[in-house]
Amino acid sequence: MAVAPPQGTGPLQKREARLAWGLLFPTLFSVALVVVLPLLSIFWISVKPVGLADLRPTAPIVRKDLRGKTGDQRIEYRLRNSSQDAPISSVVLSDTLPAGVELGALPEPCKLNGRKLRCDFGDIAGGFRTRVKLPVVAIDEAAANAIEKTAPVVTGSADNILTNLRFTTENFARVFNGSEFWSVLGVTLFYSVFGTVGALVMGLFAAMLLNKSFRGQGILRGLYLFPYVAPVIAVAFTWIALFDPFSGSANALLVQMGVSAGPINFFGDRPLALIMVTVFEIWRYFPLSFLFILARMQSIDTDMYEAADMDGASPFQKFRYLSLPQLLGILSVLFLLRFIWTFNKFDDIFLLTGGNAGTRTLTVNVYEQAFAISNIGAGAAVAVVVFFCLLLFSVFFFKVLSREEGL
Amino acid sequence: MRLLRYGYVTAPVLGALWSFVAAVTVALTMSFVTGDGFRPSAAGVLVLGAVTGALALLRFSGAALVLAALGLEALGHWAGLGALRTSGQVSAAEAGVMLVLLALAVAVPIRVILRDCPAGALSRHEFEEAVIRFLTGFGYVFFTAIVIIPFYVMVMTSLKSQQALLQNPLDFSIELSRGWGLLRSYRELFVDFGFGGYLVTSFVVSVLTVLITLLFSIPGAYAVARLRFRGRAVIGRSILLIYMVPMIVLALPIYIAFSMTGLRNSVTGLIMIYPVTTIPVALFMLQGYFRGLPAEVEEAGLMDGLSRLAVIWKITLPLSLPALASVSLYVFMIAWNEFLLAFMLLDDPSKFTLTRGIASLNSSEIPRQHLMAGAVIATVPIMALFLGLERFMTKGLTAGSVKG
Repeated sequence: MAVAPPQGTGPLQKREARLAWGLLFPTLFSVALVVVLPLLSIFWISVKPVGLADLRPTAPIVRKDLRGKTGDQRIEYRLRNSSQDAPISSVVLSDTLPAGVELGALPEPCKLNGRKLRCDFGDIAGGFRTRVKLPVVAIDEAAANAIEKTAPVVTGSADNILTNLRFTTENFARVFNGSEFWSVLGVTLFYSVFGTVGALVMGLFAAMLLNKSFRGQGILRGLYLFPYVAPVIAVAFTWIALFDPFSGSANALLVQMGVSAGPINFFGDRPLALIMVTVFEIWRYFPLSFLFILARMQSIDTDMYEAADMDGASPFQKFRYLSLPQLLGILSVLFLLRFIWTFNKFDDIFLLTGGNAGTRTLTVNVYEQAFAISNIGAGAAVAVVVFFCLLLFSVFFFKVLSREEGL
Repeated sequence: MRLLRYGYVTAPVLGALWSFVAAVTVALTMSFVTGDGFRPSAAGVLVLGAVTGALALLRFSGAALVLAALGLEALGHWAGLGALRTSGQVSAAEAGVMLVLLALAVAVPIRVILRDCPAGALSRHEFEEAVIRFLTGFGYVFFTAIVIIPFYVMVMTSLKSQQALLQNPLDFSIELSRGWGLLRSYRELFVDFGFGGYLVTSFVVSVLTVLITLLFSIPGAYAVARLRFRGRAVIGRSILLIYMVPMIVLALPIYIAFSMTGLRNSVTGLIMIYPVTTIPVALFMLQGYFRGLPAEVEEAGLMDGLSRLAVIWKITLPLSLPALASVSLYVFMIAWNEFLLAFMLLDDPSKFTLTRGIASLNSSEIPRQHLMAGAVIATVPIMALFLGLERFMTKGLTAGSVKG
């Protein structure tokens, strides 16, 4: 009698799955809130005409004063629309009068109900402002002090540009308009490709230098990681100081050594600035490639090299036919990851040149559109473009990663 | 190519190449230390290196080779054809130091490079060994220089005065006569610009980020590493995907949301965002480590009646202390160095983090050395932490994060 194995998911398995989701919940929740939600909202914003000024919502604003000399006093409410062009509907001002105040004839549109004052303004247009003067007939000392203490409440509903259903394709039209987009894309690709390849080659070189044990190897390894560990803002400003056309040591050195006749504006001239930010990128991130390549090198079996020595292979041959094929996996994974990350890089270029002198990459363009030109919608549209590029790269990445699971 | 592999050709060529490296290095060092002009001259460098290389083949002792190089240089210097030309104001003592340094920098490494190089025809092995030794020497000098020079400039600029900098941008000698005045920019940053407060804010934000990140990522990583459930593979993968999302894309909606809810311009807002940017990395690193732990120990704990959570607390965590240290360090570094969000979200100088504080120093009214002093203040703590725990750091970085 063969007993059939249990089918489906048993209670233990269910419990384990429940526990797993429970443990993952905080992470998933926070990631959904801070990563997924903003990503979705970027798509929403990219098709809306939003400027930086629209972030402060349109609302009615009121100020209250007690004015005039004793005997001829009045309570004044000054009401205005915070926006110059957006209307606000059903604006109502309400306030409570302290005891001891007697008002005279009330002007339109205010009504007094007991001690409760209510002024119904209806709909007000953009740029609307008005004064409502309530004549005071009698007032005592305590009430005069109390009047300025109680704040009036004003309500009204305005159309919020972020939540209404007005859409526009103008943001994308702006982004793709003219030759600017293609030059930005070209700069981004130049920066990403050369920055990544340069950092990999330098990292490979540095890893080969340190792939032997000698005294001081640990110190040098620590030292070579400095550019990566230091805060980007500190090293970026140091580079700016070092290459400053007037007070920079690099220019002084070059002039003194007779390499250049006069000071060079490294971060301000057109093709040079792009090369400089790429060199900075290589300088800052070669430590990372170096670390990964070194870790992989140290895990390569030494037997192979002994066998190669027996066969009379020369050092260059050993590198070309043994080390390089062994390192190809980590090199390709590093290339793709670093490429994606360089493509996404914002801080470095923003700090070095601010995107001027032909160094504006896509990510810098997001900032430039959203904050320098104050057009949040256009910034979001660029962000959407960045996101789709990223999606494309990730597909490649996962194809390669599944081949090179050994990272 | 065949011609190159002949001792009397290889040695002078490598010698000339090396002496070029040495001359530039000595010129840079002398310029940075004295602030005076030193300039390598191509012809002089070529002759010096080629002759030293050829002499090295004759297998003199090291001292003899250094002396020979020194003699050659002194002769050239006296005739005005030396490898390193000096400008007018260089004193005789400085020129002497330069000559000795150059002789050492040229002769000693050339002797090492050409150690096993015979005078006649070279085998492929001997030739490549010599080239590799040259490249190795060059590599050490090159990498050390490109790493040290910026940091050296950063520290030295922060100790100078504005006039001294503009007068001679090369002069990094410390005027010891100024005494405590050397640290003037640091004192002003702490007293007038409130950098003490920024330091505290940065520290608090970074430590809280580390704690929250660990709190969230440890259970998540354990679930992905150990527990079986549908969707495990998908989650493992999408975690990697999340840390490829560019920060600037997220920063824009976060800026909008924070502006509307009033969280902008508050440290609380930063502490809410920072951990989420590091949780995926931490989770990915930790799950790799958890996977490597033997499952049997945990199963034994389960058999003895511990619940899963107790197993994590009493068995898994104590076993993974090294990994926790790496992850904490790495997360601390990310939070400490973070610039973009702090720059976008903080406007009020009383709430600045260090990186935001430095960004506010970048104006034409504030002298350059203040900016550099700020950079030093931000760099020193993270460097000290990193050097002290370098082992954890390198392990942590390679454990599965390539984020930058």
